[in-house]
Amino acid sequence: MTPVQILFILVAAVTLGAALMVVNARNLVHAALWLIVSFGGVAVFYAMLNAGFLAVAQVVIYIGAIAILMIFAIMMTRNVAGDSSPRFNSSQIIGLVLALALFAGLVWMTLSWSGATTTPMPLDSRADPISQLGSALVSPDGYVLAFELASILLLGALVGALMIAWDRK
Amino acid sequence: MIPLSWYLIFAAALFSIGLFAVLARRNAIVILMGIELMLNAVNINLVAFWRYVNPELIAGQVFAVMVFAVAAAEVAVALAIFISIYRRRRSVSADEIDLMKW
Repeated sequence: MTPVQILFILVAAVTLGAALMVVNARNLVHAALWLIVSFGGVAVFYAMLNAGFLAVAQVVIYIGAIAILMIFAIMMTRNVAGDSSPRFNSSQIIGLVLALALFAGLVWMTLSWSGATTTPMPLDSRADPISQLGSALVSPDGYVLAFELASILLLGALVGALMIAWDRK
Repeated sequence: MIPLSWYLIFAAALFSIGLFAVLARRNAIVILMGIELMLNAVNINLVAFWRYVNPELIAGQVFAVMVFAVAAAEVAVALAIFISIYRRRRSVSADEIDLMKW
């Protein structure tokens, strides 16, 4: 076991434990806080995979925007946060069986695939992944169309969210 | 060195936990949290394949950035819908929102 592997196992255990607490929490504010822990663990994985920009974006977008937005929504739907009605619906056994079956299937597929034991390709030391990502996002040979479509999608979502949540009296 | 399968199995576990939240929880906001966990699991897979299989092609990271943008848009619209539903029905429980169920 190298120190990197021990770090991986620790971060994975914290992330998965936090995700389980999200699913299991009775209080919604606690669920949102555990969700932040889980997002932080995923950001550590991005950093371990040499995707520094994504690690920072994960912290800024998921923890800074999405989780805070969820906490706002929980506060605005206040009396459901600590209610004592059952957490799970009537099909929870089916859901559990489906989730476990999916996990078992994915693990079986991963372990039976010959490429699963590959180790990372050496990164080209002259190429900086962040500047590569930046130029790929705005170059016409790269992903500029998807980039612009994503910005239109965000604008549409902004206007749509305002329209839906608007309180017309 | 960490083999690729560790990342894939971790992502599978995170995805399954999110799937269970979506299928079994009653509160719509926790269902949304489950969807976010599933999107995070997919992103881990995308970045892991980028790093382990072909780091010269930046496509894996670009895909992950697109997933970020779509997740942000989805959360904004979904929470607006929940607030609107709560204002009318005083509840965001997914099994009570059944107006369009036949």
